[in-house]
Amino acid sequence: MGRRKPEGFGDQMKQFREKISREQKKQMRVLRRQYRKNRPLKEKIGSVLYLAPSLLGVLLFFVLPFFVVIYYSVVDNPITHNFVFLDNFSKVLNNAAFRVAARNTGMFSLIAVPAAVILSLLLAMMLECRIPFKSQLRSFFLSPLMVPIASIVLIWQVLFHDNGVVNEIVQGMGGQGVDWLKSSQAQIVIVILFLWKNLGYNMILFMAALSNIPSDIIEVARLESANAWKIFIHIKIRYLSSTILFVTIMSLINSFKVFREIYLLTGKYPFDSIYMLQHFMNNTFLSLDYQKLSAAAILMSIVMVVIIGILFIVENHFGKDVEG
Amino acid sequence: MKIYHVSKERKRKRGSRLRKAIGRTVIFVILIFFAVLFLTPIVLTICNSFMAQSEISSNYGVIFSNATTSGGKTYISETVNLKFLPDMVSFHQYITVLFKSPEYLLKFWNSVILVVPIVIFQLAVALLASYGFARYRGKIREIIFFLYIILMLMPYQVTLVPNYLVSNWLHILDTYWAIWLPGIFSPFAVYLLTKYMRRIPVSLIEAAKIDGAGEWQIFRKICYPLCKGCMCSVAILIFIDYWNMVEQPLILLSNAEKHPLSVFLSKINEGEVGLAFAVATIYMIPSLLVFFYGEEYLVEGIAYQGGVKG
Repeated sequence: MGRRKPEGFGDQMKQFREKISREQKKQMRVLRRQYRKNRPLKEKIGSVLYLAPSLLGVLLFFVLPFFVVIYYSVVDNPITHNFVFLDNFSKVLNNAAFRVAARNTGMFSLIAVPAAVILSLLLAMMLECRIPFKSQLRSFFLSPLMVPIASIVLIWQVLFHDNGVVNEIVQGMGGQGVDWLKSSQAQIVIVILFLWKNLGYNMILFMAALSNIPSDIIEVARLESANAWKIFIHIKIRYLSSTILFVTIMSLINSFKVFREIYLLTGKYPFDSIYMLQHFMNNTFLSLDYQKLSAAAILMSIVMVVIIGILFIVENHFGKDVEG
Repeated sequence: MKIYHVSKERKRKRGSRLRKAIGRTVIFVILIFFAVLFLTPIVLTICNSFMAQSEISSNYGVIFSNATTSGGKTYISETVNLKFLPDMVSFHQYITVLFKSPEYLLKFWNSVILVVPIVIFQLAVALLASYGFARYRGKIREIIFFLYIILMLMPYQVTLVPNYLVSNWLHILDTYWAIWLPGIFSPFAVYLLTKYMRRIPVSLIEAAKIDGAGEWQIFRKICYPLCKGCMCSVAILIFIDYWNMVEQPLILLSNAEKHPLSVFLSKINEGEVGLAFAVATIYMIPSLLVFFYGEEYLVEGIAYQGGVKG
């Protein structure tokens, strides 16, 4: 998608806005500096006090132990503390179980995340139209979000069991049934469950963003005889870009959480194709192998940070000229 | 000529209107179809909870096959019968769950005990912190806030390892504290409330200051009341998340006695499928109630999460 430069009037407006904001920013900066210098001590302490409880907790439970995790990941064991640098990482990377888990998780995210983003956007756009029972429909789509997965797994088992309802329908139509949860098709079942659970949430995010698109722009486009598709591509997508980013990130995070569904559906030892990273972590927790655990956690956090960083850069590139 | 032109225009307009109406109907039908599909699992679970054990095992006998109730005397159908309406409405399962076997209620109570303190205290801690983040801005605070966002985005696989280490170190492993404390300090609520509070106009706070309000009064009398709606949303979102938790108890609570119902439900053995439906329904009730009464807050809360740049 090539970025068109704003021309004519828009260009002038942009320059004007930048100029003002630059001057204002300078003024603001000076004022802020002055204010910070003269801020009374009492206020300084007060502001820290508000943050203190949360900050202490976060430091104690997340940040400081993370440094310990980093430390553990580069020593050979917690007693002798021999520095081995990247050995643990290479051990984890060469671990067959970790590889399977990483590949499955990656595959799952690769299928589920785009599906979740696109389908929920479609749902949101459909709900934008003038149709009756809009709010009821919205509630229906949102309701799976509220239902604990544990309550629903029974039905899922009934549906996707070897002798289950889905297979019956498939066989009724002359197809060959598969044992969904115990074959390579298991991922499909999990993807469906994931979509069922998460579409409503994403849909709400998109609906909020769609209603924030200024209607005059769309009106102008319509007057200039742009069809719905053009409006969608050139206007709506632009305005939605930051929301698409957010939905993608949230779906990605939720796709990492899908262990919950798999565990409840199939127990501790699922079929190979749905052996996820969290299974690997759980098993490593059981054997209390801190080094492996730490190395795996750090690898994962690095991957997460890289993915999120890339998404942010992409969004910055495409959505810059729209004020979100 | 002119008349012809108008009529043509009108015809086209009528055509497009018709087309639009058809399009709308198609969309409506599609949406209804999906809505029904979305609701089916929930409705099925609730309906099945009103079936007697014999009906359940005759319907789903094939699936939960080692459920040989009383030595295979019961009739088990060859195929699965997915039924919405029970042949005979029976509250037997509920009576068993509520009065005869206390273990289910115990696990339910575990869930409540685990979730409620987290919701309340996470809100309290987050409210203070978000005031700190929103009221004063500086470079260091921005960096810390960014750290909070990153932490919020980290999956359990990453955050559970540090949590485990600390819990082990503090000797709170296998107690509820191991779940409460990380839950209370989880950065999610801070993020959302901060974003909301930053929208409170500075002029409002300035005005209060001129009228002689101290920091605490500004917080208590201005920010807190303005944030009430947002707090409801956040509370609902936290509640959903923790009511549904599985990973944390599995790792941090090795004693299965202390597990919440969400974990325990998957372990109900096959002979008690009927009970499982009843328990599942009971487990759903609190969250469905929250949904019915707080849907608007929930939607608002999710929408607030959306604007990343906020």
